[in-house]
Amino acid sequence: MTALPDAALSRLVRALRTPDLSETRYLLGREVGRGGMGSVWEADDPELGRSVALKVLDLPDSAGDLSARLRREARVLARLEHPGVVPVHDVGTLPDGRPWYAMKLVRGERLDAAAARLSTLPERLRLFLRVCEPVAFAHARGVVHRDLKPSNVMVGPFGEVLVLDWGIARLLEEEASEGRPGPPAAPPTEPREPRAAAAPGTAAGTVLGTPGYMAPEQARGDGDVDGRADVFALGVLLRELAGPEALRARRLAAIVAKATAERPAERYGGAPALAADVVRYLDGEPVTAYRERPWERAARFAVRHRVALLLVLAYLAARAAILVLYRR
Amino acid sequence: MTGGFFPPTRASVVDALRSGDAAERERALETLVAAYWRPVYRHVRRKWGKGHEEAADLTQDFFAELLSRHLLARFDPGKARLRTYLRLCVDGLAANAAKAASRQKRGGGAAPLSLDFEGAREELERAAPAADETPERAFEREWVRSVLALALERLPSALEGRGKGIAFALFELCELGAEAEVPSYAELAARFGVSVSDVTNGLSLARRELRRIVLDLLRELTGSEEELRLEARAVLGIDAP
Repeated sequence: MTALPDAALSRLVRALRTPDLSETRYLLGREVGRGGMGSVWEADDPELGRSVALKVLDLPDSAGDLSARLRREARVLARLEHPGVVPVHDVGTLPDGRPWYAMKLVRGERLDAAAARLSTLPERLRLFLRVCEPVAFAHARGVVHRDLKPSNVMVGPFGEVLVLDWGIARLLEEEASEGRPGPPAAPPTEPREPRAAAAPGTAAGTVLGTPGYMAPEQARGDGDVDGRADVFALGVLLRELAGPEALRARRLAAIVAKATAERPAERYGGAPALAADVVRYLDGEPVTAYRERPWERAARFAVRHRVALLLVLAYLAARAAILVLYRR
Repeated sequence: MTGGFFPPTRASVVDALRSGDAAERERALETLVAAYWRPVYRHVRRKWGKGHEEAADLTQDFFAELLSRHLLARFDPGKARLRTYLRLCVDGLAANAAKAASRQKRGGGAAPLSLDFEGAREELERAAPAADETPERAFEREWVRSVLALALERLPSALEGRGKGIAFALFELCELGAEAEVPSYAELAARFGVSVSDVTNGLSLARRELRRIVLDLLRELTGSEEELRLEARAVLGIDAP
């Protein structure tokens, strides 16, 4: 047995990794991304004349566990018909046993790269609100994403936001229909006792997600995470998009602190509540995350109504000047 | 983790080396040696700065010790990958100069394995070491090289067995030759007197079969499903930096 030269080794590895699409209708393009379970390739669909993104698992799956998980992800996406969620077109298995699915090819840039080009805080906060929209939609459909992070959010050329990689999303309704105790994505106001439920394909005790964006209960491997785990990740994204300068503002810092609270019960109940507070902040209205002191309320009122206030002050000054002149 | 990626074929070398069946033990040792002797030799040369003779001796000692001291019996797949465990065993052996001095005794007089150390020496001296490559990463790269070379050795007979001998010839020309000299599919079709679609089908089959052999081989060289998954990602370049 002779050793393979470096160049031959690289070519061989590439040949082994490249998906064999000969039994599909797609023509393979370049590799565009890699994830924990598989890689994503650009491909052409000559029948429909469009480009698609093919997600292919790394390994064959005779036991069916991974196929089930991939098909589950495709099902999750299929139930989330929203402009901010990438639609799935097709699902299948390669001749070597690796499962795959075809989805819309997203062209754009990562959330953090897109945000870096926005110079003002309101622009970045409005971008954040667009991230909240598909997440809120998913929560309303009983789906928790569980892996929100900048690399899973793409911003298209027209500013459209797409949330990707629902591979470890949790389908709460499906769990309920399977007889598992499935809490709603948006939790009740009263805190609940934790329950040991497990998402399909993810046992309780298994940690899936990304450190830094993962809610503490998710990092502990609690099977029973709900929409508030996504609220935590959104809070981290908000902190990153706002930047340290903007977080000197107490009201904005309080929104981030509430979204990323250690205990789920202390967080916003869901993405809509978090987004609503950010909208209030942008509009100069009181936010639920922060109880203002009277002088802070007055200062915020002054800033919000500064034009009207200036006009009133100018009017009063003019009246005072006229009064003084008249008395002389 | 339950289930598997493909139907079980040969048992893991960890289990096979403990088997009561001498043929099975011998086959497991053969696979283990084929996959590891070059990485071990290069690791001892590069990390421990040993000369050719001493590195070749230590490599022989390593496999002799692996058997005589039943080192694999202590391997726990729940704690580390087999590859990491074996590298640490090599480090322990190389670090202990006193043991090195008594290696004949320790090896229990086991017959030395027939390994092409001269060839390995030439390959090592020809290859320029990567400037910032850690010994661990270099060991992994050499191991990947050995696993793929071993899989390639098994590929022709696997394809012959399926009556697709031409597929290996096509694969050899397209994937193993110099990249600049790779013939077009039309040229290959003309050379072998088959259609272009026969060429593409043959190449697909060879790649698929090689992938299957690699995964089969990794099943032999790992102790658990999770380790298999991790090592497959390493060999297929998925976790490469």
